[in-house]
Amino acid sequence: MSGKPRLTYLNGRGRMESIRWLLAAAGVEFEEVFLQTKEQYDKLIKDGLLLFQQVPLVEIDGMKMVQTRAILSYIAGKYNLYGKDLKERALIDMYVEGISDLMQMILMFPFSPPDAKEKNLDSIKEKATNRYFPVFEKVLKQHGQDFLVGNKFSWADVQLIEAILAVEEKIPAVLSGFPQLQAFKTKMSNMPTIKKFLQPGSPRKPPPDDHYVETVMKVFKR
Amino acid sequence: MSKKPKLYYFNGRGKMESVRWLLAAAGVEFEEEFLETREQYEKLLQGGSLLFQQVPMVEIDGMRMVQTRAILCYIAAKYNLYGKDLKERALIDMYVGGTDDLMGFIMMFPFLSAEDKEKQCAFIVQKATSRYFPAYEKVLKDHGQDFLVGNSFSWADVHLLEAILMVEEKKSDVLSGFPQLQAFKARISNIPTIKKFLEPGSQRKPVPDDKYVETVRRVLRMYYDLKAN
Repeated sequence: MSGKPRLTYLNGRGRMESIRWLLAAAGVEFEEVFLQTKEQYDKLIKDGLLLFQQVPLVEIDGMKMVQTRAILSYIAGKYNLYGKDLKERALIDMYVEGISDLMQMILMFPFSPPDAKEKNLDSIKEKATNRYFPVFEKVLKQHGQDFLVGNKFSWADVQLIEAILAVEEKIPAVLSGFPQLQAFKTKMSNMPTIKKFLQPGSPRKPPPDDHYVETVMKVFKR
Repeated sequence: MSKKPKLYYFNGRGKMESVRWLLAAAGVEFEEEFLETREQYEKLLQGGSLLFQQVPMVEIDGMRMVQTRAILCYIAAKYNLYGKDLKERALIDMYVGGTDDLMGFIMMFPFLSAEDKEKQCAFIVQKATSRYFPAYEKVLKDHGQDFLVGNSFSWADVHLLEAILMVEEKKSDVLSGFPQLQAFKARISNIPTIKKFLEPGSQRKPVPDDKYVETVRRVLRMYYDLKAN
C-alpha cells in the first residue's frame, strides 16, 4: 500500500480541486479514484466510508477525511502552509474563507439554468472586481511582500492563485485594474511545484463541461 | 479600553450565534453592537472595518476578524477547544463541518415563504435524522467517552449541542432514536459555562422572528428571494 493520499471524487474540479492544488503546491504526490456511476457512490456509502455520505473523501495518514475545509486545514497544517502562529493562521483563515465564497459562485455556475448564466457571470465579475480582488491588491501593496501572510508561502497564496486563474477563465481581462495581483500571479505560477501543476499532464482538472455536469447529476441523483 | 471581544451583528442568531456559543462555552465575556439601520452598516463599510464588506465582524486581540469560520477557529485555538494535535483538529474540523452544514439549512429558514418553510422543515428533520445525527451517535457509541474528540471538551461538542437544540426547536422529539445524543445533550448542557448560557438573561439569542428578517433585509438589502433546499 502506498503512503500517498488517495482522493475520491468525480473526474473534474468541483470541491476537490482546491485540495489537488494544495497537495500539488506542497509537492505531495497523490492518487485519485474517480466516481463515474451512482452504484460506485452508493457502495462508498454502504461501506461506511463517507462520514456524512458525501465526497470529497481523502484517505490520508490513516484517516478517511471528509469536509473540504477540514481536509485543506489538515494539509496546510501538516505541510507548514498555515503560518507560524495563531494570528497568522487567523489571517490565512480570513483570506481563504473570503476566496472560498468567490470560488463557490464559480463552483455553482455550471449548474445554473441557461437563462441565469449571464446574470451569474456578471455577479462573479462584480464580486471579484469590487469585493475580493481589491482586498488582496491592498494587502500586497501595503506590505510589499511576495506572499499574502508573514512573508512566507502559505495556503492563502495557493487559494488566491487558484481563484485568479478560475475567474480569468470566465473573464479574461479581470486583472486589468490590479497590478499587484498580476505580479502575484506571475510569481506564484513560477514557483516550481505550482509551475509543474500548471503543465499539461498534471492532476489539475479542466474547466467543467456539460459531460461533467451530467455525471454529477447522474452520480448524486436522489 | 475593555479587552473584551466585541461582536458586530444583528440582534439575532444568524451566523454570529455559533460565535456567541463558543465564547460563552470558553467562559469569555463579550460585548455586542447590534446593527439596526442601513446607516450603521454603511458607516462600518466606509470605516473600512469589514474586510469583505460583510458581518459577522469580531474585534478581538487587536484584529477586526471577519468570516465566521476564521473567527471560530481562532477562538477555539486560543481557548484550547481545538484538540491537542493535528489529528484531533482534523476530527473537530470534520465534525464541525457537518453541524455547520446542518445549521446552514436552519439559518435560511426564517427567510423562506410559508410554503417553502414547510418543505424546508421536513428537509431539515430528514437530514438531521438520516445523515448527521447518526454520524455523531456512532462516534459517541464507538468510543464511549463523554466528548466527541480526544476525551476532552472541544469546539465540536459546543457546535453539536447548538445544532441539536436548533433542530429540536423544529421537532421536539427529534432525538428519540438517538440515546447517545440524548445523554450527550444532558451532559454538555450541564457544563457550568454552557448552563449559564442556556439561562434567561444570557447573550443567547431567541429563534429568529419576522422583525429579525425585516431588519436583515433592510440593512443588507439582500435575502428577499430565498428558496428552500
